[in-house]
Amino acid sequence: MADARVPLSQRLRPYRVLLASRARAQMQYRASFVTDILGTVGVGLAEFAEVWVIFHNVELLGGLDFKAALLVFALSNLAFSLADMFVGHLDQLPVYIRAGQVDAFYVRPLPLLAQLMTSELSMRRIGRLSVAVVALVVALTTGAVAWSPATVVLIVLTVVSGTAIFAALFTAAGGLQFFLVDGSEFTNSFTYGGQYAAQQSQQVFPGPLRIFWTFVVPTAFVAYVPAVAILDLPGDSLAPPWLAWCTPLAALLAWGIAGLCWRLGTRHYQGAGG
Amino acid sequence: MSIIETRDLVRDFKKTRAVDRMTFSVEPGESVGYIGANGAGKSTTIKMLTGILKPTSGHVRTCDLDPMRERIGVARRVGVVFGQRSQLWWDLPLRDSFAILAAIHSLGEKEARSRTDVLVEQLEMGPQLATPVRSLSLGQRMRAEIAAALLHSPDLLILDEPTIGLDVLSKQRLREFLVAERRERGTTLLLTTHDMGDIERLCDRVLVVDHGRLAFDGSLTGLAATVGAQRVLVIDLAQPTPDLDDIPRTRLLGSESDGLRQRLAFDSEATTAAAVLAQVSARHEVRDLTIEEPDIEDVVRRIYAASGRA
Repeated sequence: MADARVPLSQRLRPYRVLLASRARAQMQYRASFVTDILGTVGVGLAEFAEVWVIFHNVELLGGLDFKAALLVFALSNLAFSLADMFVGHLDQLPVYIRAGQVDAFYVRPLPLLAQLMTSELSMRRIGRLSVAVVALVVALTTGAVAWSPATVVLIVLTVVSGTAIFAALFTAAGGLQFFLVDGSEFTNSFTYGGQYAAQQSQQVFPGPLRIFWTFVVPTAFVAYVPAVAILDLPGDSLAPPWLAWCTPLAALLAWGIAGLCWRLGTRHYQGAGG
Repeated sequence: MSIIETRDLVRDFKKTRAVDRMTFSVEPGESVGYIGANGAGKSTTIKMLTGILKPTSGHVRTCDLDPMRERIGVARRVGVVFGQRSQLWWDLPLRDSFAILAAIHSLGEKEARSRTDVLVEQLEMGPQLATPVRSLSLGQRMRAEIAAALLHSPDLLILDEPTIGLDVLSKQRLREFLVAERRERGTTLLLTTHDMGDIERLCDRVLVVDHGRLAFDGSLTGLAATVGAQRVLVIDLAQPTPDLDDIPRTRLLGSESDGLRQRLAFDSEATTAAAVLAQVSARHEVRDLTIEEPDIEDVVRRIYAASGRA
């Protein structure tokens, strides 16, 4: 189509306008926006408190000391809150369907998933995001990081791929909810469950669960696997340091599954009744 | 080239057939009323025309495109208003919705501004531009929805129950606008409605759908002829009265409160309201009366009866 000749910036303009409008809408209620941000800061701190409490009692857990665990916590929370901010609303798909919003997307000349993704921007997640950023800075400056250009590349790659992995999980959750009536309980188990699993040392899980969180829902790649490489820890047979460089592959795998779920979902869609 | 073309279009849901071998076409510039009882298959047809639903079998083309495979192309040429659902951004001022839609349809800045200005002026929405959509009245919101659907100057405008819930004045303004829009731009119109007034003012052709099948396709005059002008005389009597089921050339639809209120249907061609009233008041004391004009449900019922499927 003629679209191929339109410059990319021009093709992305609708999404920029959509996202900017979402930001504007949230700014209209200044007080509630500030409260929301404080709320998500609280969530971030509560998650951190769990890590802190554990390492207040034990020196090592699953081969990680407190500083290493802090890095795992920071990477997983950073990736999750970024994904949650941009596409966390995807698992609210039934709400969109009931409101007739999905039908409205169908009659606009943009891809469905792109419209759904840009239909909301949860800026309140900035609270949790900032907790994660602070934790990351602290973990990287106080931890025994073997700095090199490769380490920097690996950290950036990890954040980008980790965000992509969680975004894929939300997309898969959205796709599945085209069929599952009130399926959010089920999909929460791998979105929020995945986030919980990602912030643990994978060595605490029994074998089958580790394999699940590494090769099926690959959240081990979000934080634990890269942290092993960044801190130059020995790792183990399921998480050798070189595996950290496979994080983008894990993201691709996750997106493959997400794409499949989404496609199945839209095929199944029957419109919002009425 | 037809704007809409369906041939043997079928859509099944789990156990029911919502649309059953539907065949019709709509030419550019036509204005078509699409009517039928709730659940007759109107919305399902619209969803197949716009690429929301995949047909089970049969052929459908909208603006000479396949809506399933070329949904985005269809979306560029068609404007849709779902009366019960909003296309606007409820938490932002109305003008933002127009700006966002202009960006979605990749309208140039100049084009977007001039088209918005024209629509805002014609629909008299200037004072509401800075109002958040959630604070608009239903009538204002409906006009805004229609402006939003017309922003990209579509060839075909599909309206699903555009006047539902509107007061008389709002309906009037909306209809006047649509008449003007068609006259100026030749926009093809397909609308579903339960309001006979919409059909009378806006449509030169009517499709009646019954259990997913096309039961009538023709002009409004043709429809009136099929249906007759069946009207209902509602009579309030001074005293409880036995059923008035023997008034010549009328049919008793029902009686309430021991016969204090009775409803008589009659054909304008067979008798007059005055004659019916005279016959009733010769026997009983009449306190009050109203006349109900035929509504869409009644028209549809009679069409269904005529096609032997009532």
